[in-house]
Amino acid sequence: MSRSPSPLKGRIKPALIVSVLPLLALTGGCDSQHPPELLGGQTSIYNVTPNAFSQPAPGLEREQELLFFVGNSFFNQNWVTAPSSTEARDGLGPLFNARSCAGCHFKDGRGRPPESDGESGTGLLVRLSLPNRTEDGSYFADPIYGGQIQDYAIQGILPEARVTILGEEIRGEYTDGTTFTLRQPVYRIEELGYGELHPDIMLSPRVAPQMIGMGLLEAIPEEKILANADPSDRDGDGISGRPNRVWDRSRNSFALGRFGWKANQPTVLQQTAGAFLGDIGITTSVFPEQNCAETHVECLEAQRGGNPEIDDDDLMKVVLYASSLAVPAMRNPDDPQVIKGGEIFEDIGCGDCHTPSTLTGIHPTIPALSEQTIHPYTDLLLHDMGEALADRRPDFEATGREWRTPPLWGIGLFETVNGHTYYLHDGRARNLSEAILWHGGEAAAVRTRFLKLPLAQRQALVQFLQSL
Amino acid sequence: MSGAVTIPTHIGRTMHRQQTFFLAVFVLVLSSCGRSAAERAALESAVIANYVAIVHSSYEDSLTRTKQLQVAISAFLDSPSDATLRITKERWLAAREPYGQTEAYRFYGGPIDDADGPEGLINAWPLDEAYVDYVEGAPRSGILSDLSTYPTIDRDLLISLNEAGAEENISVGFHAIEFLLWGQDRSVEGPGERPYTDYVEGEAAHAERRARYLAIVADLLIDNLEDMVAAWAPDDPENYRAEFTAMDRSAAIQNILIGIGVLSKSELAGERIFTAYDNQDQEDEHSCFSDNTHRDIIANALGIANVFTGRYVRIDGTSVEGLGMNDLLQAVDPQSAAELASLIDRGLESVRAIPAPFDRAIIDPDSRPLVLEAVYALQDQGDKIAQVGTQLGVTINTALPE
Repeated sequence: MSRSPSPLKGRIKPALIVSVLPLLALTGGCDSQHPPELLGGQTSIYNVTPNAFSQPAPGLEREQELLFFVGNSFFNQNWVTAPSSTEARDGLGPLFNARSCAGCHFKDGRGRPPESDGESGTGLLVRLSLPNRTEDGSYFADPIYGGQIQDYAIQGILPEARVTILGEEIRGEYTDGTTFTLRQPVYRIEELGYGELHPDIMLSPRVAPQMIGMGLLEAIPEEKILANADPSDRDGDGISGRPNRVWDRSRNSFALGRFGWKANQPTVLQQTAGAFLGDIGITTSVFPEQNCAETHVECLEAQRGGNPEIDDDDLMKVVLYASSLAVPAMRNPDDPQVIKGGEIFEDIGCGDCHTPSTLTGIHPTIPALSEQTIHPYTDLLLHDMGEALADRRPDFEATGREWRTPPLWGIGLFETVNGHTYYLHDGRARNLSEAILWHGGEAAAVRTRFLKLPLAQRQALVQFLQSL
Repeated sequence: MSGAVTIPTHIGRTMHRQQTFFLAVFVLVLSSCGRSAAERAALESAVIANYVAIVHSSYEDSLTRTKQLQVAISAFLDSPSDATLRITKERWLAAREPYGQTEAYRFYGGPIDDADGPEGLINAWPLDEAYVDYVEGAPRSGILSDLSTYPTIDRDLLISLNEAGAEENISVGFHAIEFLLWGQDRSVEGPGERPYTDYVEGEAAHAERRARYLAIVADLLIDNLEDMVAAWAPDDPENYRAEFTAMDRSAAIQNILIGIGVLSKSELAGERIFTAYDNQDQEDEHSCFSDNTHRDIIANALGIANVFTGRYVRIDGTSVEGLGMNDLLQAVDPQSAAELASLIDRGLESVRAIPAPFDRAIIDPDSRPLVLEAVYALQDQGDKIAQVGTQLGVTINTALPE
């Protein structure tokens, strides 16, 4: 059996005797040139294994350290059809996309589109809505199929449909003459189980994002996020940046959207509860009603696994888990290529939306996440990303061309954790260069600058991104 | 996790450049303890040499017992009966004893769980029963029942299905064998009661496929354990043992401590005991089909103690003995060595005090406090291991790399 030469594999950081520390500080060992290494502040971890996204943030309280594992068990467990003797975990469906959270966020990581026709369970789903808005500011769902296509169902109930993807290659060229191709996905909803979709239906495919750092993002003070907003582009830099305002069901009020590809969820709690209902068919106190069309009798009458199907106590353990998954530190911040790539990132304007740094405020329940200088590389705002990326499906304040700037932390580890390098909201980009090349709208100028970069600089930029 | 020694991590980054400097100071610190660097180096080398000998013999014992299990499985499949099934189950339980102790060698990217390590193929859990075979209320579930998707059960198929699509989709390893022998555990009083007739063609659906499945999984388990034995065998300049004994001594010591620290605090205290305690659900116990979780827990705790004391009692009753972590710690800080020794004792005592079966212990109000005491004892033990690491000059993060 061949073995890697390094036994450490960077999992655990080499360390120093405590008594050495004051001496080291005097030697000035820290290099101020390199990009910030501790992406998650003091809650960063050093881990480059397939479990890099599955670690608890250092500094959790003693009880939280234990509850993290309980949350993890709910995250991984396969839910089963009710009734079952395993009462804590029955209530799957009736309609669903996955049996467990980990079914899409495998190893707490990033989902991807299917690689072959018929491959399913890879962590991609299709959201649905109609063009008219409800009173809470969201958009009406399809009267039959609801807010997303669920491609699985419990026994005795038809799945809603099957999503297939066809790809069209688009050719392009860098200024230096190097050619590239992008794959434009074309989505088809087939084998509809319950008749036609509404004629005005709007579709939006989404892959499951990596789970790390969500508690840190939640702890960023709202005013810090709003300070970067420039909805009418008053500074004339071509970048607007708009906050999404979404309905917070727990507080019964509008709130800043932070999570999801269109920032349509205000809190880790609501994001988690939304995914439980939409993706697995598990009701919570936040979303107590099962996802069934009014006309879908079998769905409405299917046995429930409790009311709600996961109680608040257990739900909050999953929320604790999701909030405290640690962000891996940068891998090789001292590498000259990475340093150069970091400079290019700033120079060509990536950092205008993927803002590198911010400071968290006080996290209400996890002190370890409070007052951390973090480097998520996102402003958490909505930006017009151009026609090519548009899903043409608005979501609260987000237009059909807008997407939330996703955090970039962890993007260099998808291959290690999830065995793929698919990026963007539907995983259409097959590598980081393609992901940049898909940027348009407010990012069109940045894309143009990227096209003009010589090969070595493009490579340095990608290397920087891979080190995040 | 707070088990991690908090060292300003930006300084750690400079480690490679500062290696020489680091070693110089290391020596300085040692001299101040009144020991020569040469003595310390000899002591460390002896601890490492004894460690690799213990690792090797415990994997050897696991392999031996698992081969005995395989022999029993063959006999059972040749003539299924209550008697042959009972013997097979006994062999499975016996094989778990040495294997559980080897879990103290995980979590540092060694052969068992580096990027292509077989840990997930050997001991992955919890297993979703319905992914493999029929369960109560779903007589046609699982890989075994799905003739159209999986017309032929073979080794490559079962490997490819392990952890496919979800982390509980476990198709192979000890716990797949456990489920195939015991079946679902439907009571808190005893283990699962799968009838031997599940393997008798004509008496149960897919009996032949099930037999084939069981034989393949046993075979695969042997192969993976053979790899572990080979990786730690003496006198092979190319294997991991050679690499381990040649690496920087402090890196080797760090690995040794990471293994026992993570097992103690995260895997054992957190995942295997507290999660089941908190959920009060036997689905969360490690060996839920056989009701052998109490032994898994004791074997894990014993594995930690073995590494600390430098003594491993083999399945034939002989022991592999030499200098252990306690000897090294004794040389650096006798008081700390005594504290950890007492925490290791407390850990062992507390896990032995959990009444069997574990699935009843986690719901019985009289035994729940005993379960929780074991959690705290193992948490304290893990924290102390991290602290001891600092005294020995290494950082131990006891967070779990799942």
